[in-house]
Amino acid sequence: MIKHSLAVAAIAGLALSATAAHARDQIRIVGSSTVFPFSTAVAEQFGKTTDFKTPVVESTGSGGGLKLFCSGVGVGHPDITNSSRRIKASEFENCTKAGITITEVKIGYDGIVIANSKTSNPLSLTKKQLFQALAKKVPVNGELVDNPYKMWNEIDPSLPAKKIEVLGPPPTSGTRDAFVELAMEGGAKKFESLAAMRKSDKKAFTAVAHGIREDGHYVEAGENDNLIIQKLEANPDAVGIFGFSFLDQNADKIQGSTIDGAEPTFEKIASGEYGVSRSLFFYVKQEHVGVVPGIAEFVEEFTSEGTWGEDGYLLDKGLIPLPAADRKAMRASSTGMAPLSM
Amino acid sequence: MTEMSASATQIQRPDLSGKRLKRRYAAEARFRLYGLIAVFAALGTLVLLLFSIISNGYTAFAQHHIALEVTFDEAEIDPTGERDPQVLRRANYQGIARSSLRNAFPEVTERRERRALTALMSGSADQTLRELVMANPDVIGTTQRVWVKASDELDSFMKGHISRDVPESDRRIKDRDIVWIDQLIAAGNIESQFNTTFFTAGDSREPEQAGIWGATVGSFLMLFVTLVLSFPIGVLSAIYLEEFAPKNRWTDLIEVNINNLAAVPSIVFGLLGLAVFLNFFGLPRSAPLVGGMVLALMTLPTIIIAARAALKAVPPSIREAALGVGASKLQAVTHHVLPLAMPGILTGTILGAAQALGETAPLLMIGMVAFIVDIPGGFTDSATALPVQIYLWADSPERAFVEKTSAAIMVLLAFLVVMNAVAVLLRKRFERRW
Repeated sequence: MIKHSLAVAAIAGLALSATAAHARDQIRIVGSSTVFPFSTAVAEQFGKTTDFKTPVVESTGSGGGLKLFCSGVGVGHPDITNSSRRIKASEFENCTKAGITITEVKIGYDGIVIANSKTSNPLSLTKKQLFQALAKKVPVNGELVDNPYKMWNEIDPSLPAKKIEVLGPPPTSGTRDAFVELAMEGGAKKFESLAAMRKSDKKAFTAVAHGIREDGHYVEAGENDNLIIQKLEANPDAVGIFGFSFLDQNADKIQGSTIDGAEPTFEKIASGEYGVSRSLFFYVKQEHVGVVPGIAEFVEEFTSEGTWGEDGYLLDKGLIPLPAADRKAMRASSTGMAPLSM
Repeated sequence: MTEMSASATQIQRPDLSGKRLKRRYAAEARFRLYGLIAVFAALGTLVLLLFSIISNGYTAFAQHHIALEVTFDEAEIDPTGERDPQVLRRANYQGIARSSLRNAFPEVTERRERRALTALMSGSADQTLRELVMANPDVIGTTQRVWVKASDELDSFMKGHISRDVPESDRRIKDRDIVWIDQLIAAGNIESQFNTTFFTAGDSREPEQAGIWGATVGSFLMLFVTLVLSFPIGVLSAIYLEEFAPKNRWTDLIEVNINNLAAVPSIVFGLLGLAVFLNFFGLPRSAPLVGGMVLALMTLPTIIIAARAALKAVPPSIREAALGVGASKLQAVTHHVLPLAMPGILTGTILGAAQALGETAPLLMIGMVAFIVDIPGGFTDSATALPVQIYLWADSPERAFVEKTSAAIMVLLAFLVVMNAVAVLLRKRFERRW
């Protein structure tokens, strides 16, 4: 008898939830783990200062977020997706096919830093050296061979006589994608043979430039950047790759290496002088504006000067803001819900 | 004869039994030693784990507060003087809190400096003042000494996580901050208090405002759904399979499948939940209802296996005696066998629930790994779970989340220890041996 009523209760619960799914009063955000710290900070502030519920933010990765976002219109699908790269043409096509009109909001920049423990000497690297240290295949005397470098000073005598040991993110990470694209590709292009290959056979070039060595000199240290920092502290010879906000928070323990002569500082990333930085975005589903309450207000909150401006609270979280003029233009286009076209 | 005995003595070998005995004892002593080493290695890692968690996390249970001399100006809070709650709620408490702190440091006038000064105070100071006024409107028009939360950075500094000795550029607390902090300490305006927020608040991006209550509620909503679904289904299938089902190839197949299901990686159940509950039935993402259903699938095999073992342990004489005095098969089971097997079944269920409490992988797929501030109020509200909260905090850049992570692990461990203790207690008190 008891079991009978329990089963009934369970079914009733199911039925209730099915109706609940049809009306949603809470914004749902998915997407990049890099944008996650910023998006959540805005969500919390938004929940506190308005009468709307605090949006739910999920960290699914840029690609996973866009997939969910583009799967359709309706309250079962997310309203906003964060991305640490621009939406791809193929993703945009999927979105359009599903009847979705997108508004793109560029929120700022994120630097990827190469850092080591404060107890050892700071490194001064170039993209070319980074490529030589981390690529699976490198050109030696004009021939593409398996990476022979085991010590940093084998690449360049100015570098320390230490074993190459780099802790970095796994292939599923957006940080890894950006690092490979910005640092490795940038370095590969510096080789004449590879630059020529890029012109003749783009695919082969990408395979070489994006291939990271698997012989133990590059260690996949998981998605958790705090863990990488702990390991760097314990091992002064190791070098780590992660987002700028973690360097910002842990400046007493680790130091960023200069890349092509530019230090990873707030100013140099904002000005574009520091070469390994990327833009961060979020995308809004216009069909949901007015259906799920608060979306327009959320965009308003995100793009206000007190949030992403020079004195905004996102700066404390490590966001590197857009230049003032870009912010103004972006605010106008995003609050006006300008549709994205590609 | 003599020849024979002589040859017998010839083939007699030296008596080695003493030596062999010694070797056997030595082997036994060695084996015991290995066993002891294994036990101590296991204990040692456990102690190490607990030590690192507790030493990292115990500081999270305290939080530093700053005392402010707050003047609750009537003109500012309630210009109409009607004490209308709507008006009281909307007053600019942020401004009041900030100006109160600035008043304590009249020498700080430059705009950037003033910002840095107010940054020592948590962003939740306005909330503290608002609650104070809402609870007791009589404070309006008076000046009160109010303790508000300090920022996470001041808190870390006071707890010694940020050292004064490192160069200024490398710490988040600057030299001028330290001057202010020293002044506050000298005036007795900084105090460490028990961190109630940690147990009453939901998640937050500000470490000093973050709490574990939202995740705890989410975990228990989920666990409730899990038990409501998996306990009756599990026990019923166990009773049927054990007491009623004929032994044939089909029941063998079912048994093999249940045993296999118990070993399926939990992420697979998450994928199933995504495909069936979310995509097919259209249930909401991040809901404890769906989480509970997925975890129920995961704990079902555990419960079935435990319940069957408990039923099997009831001696057949009990069933036969019941049947012998004229009870039906159903009566024999429900009146005699099931009550006797219950302690074992419950133990298995609790262990299954404890396993479900610590699970994150299947929740990843159904959107429960998310930043959720509001405390869930029902089964379809967005919620997260304790282990997910630990994971999210461990991945946050803010330094102060390190201690929160360890503290949350302690809370989760406490729940698990309690559940296991209940299981042991049930077994000790009610289990019968034949």
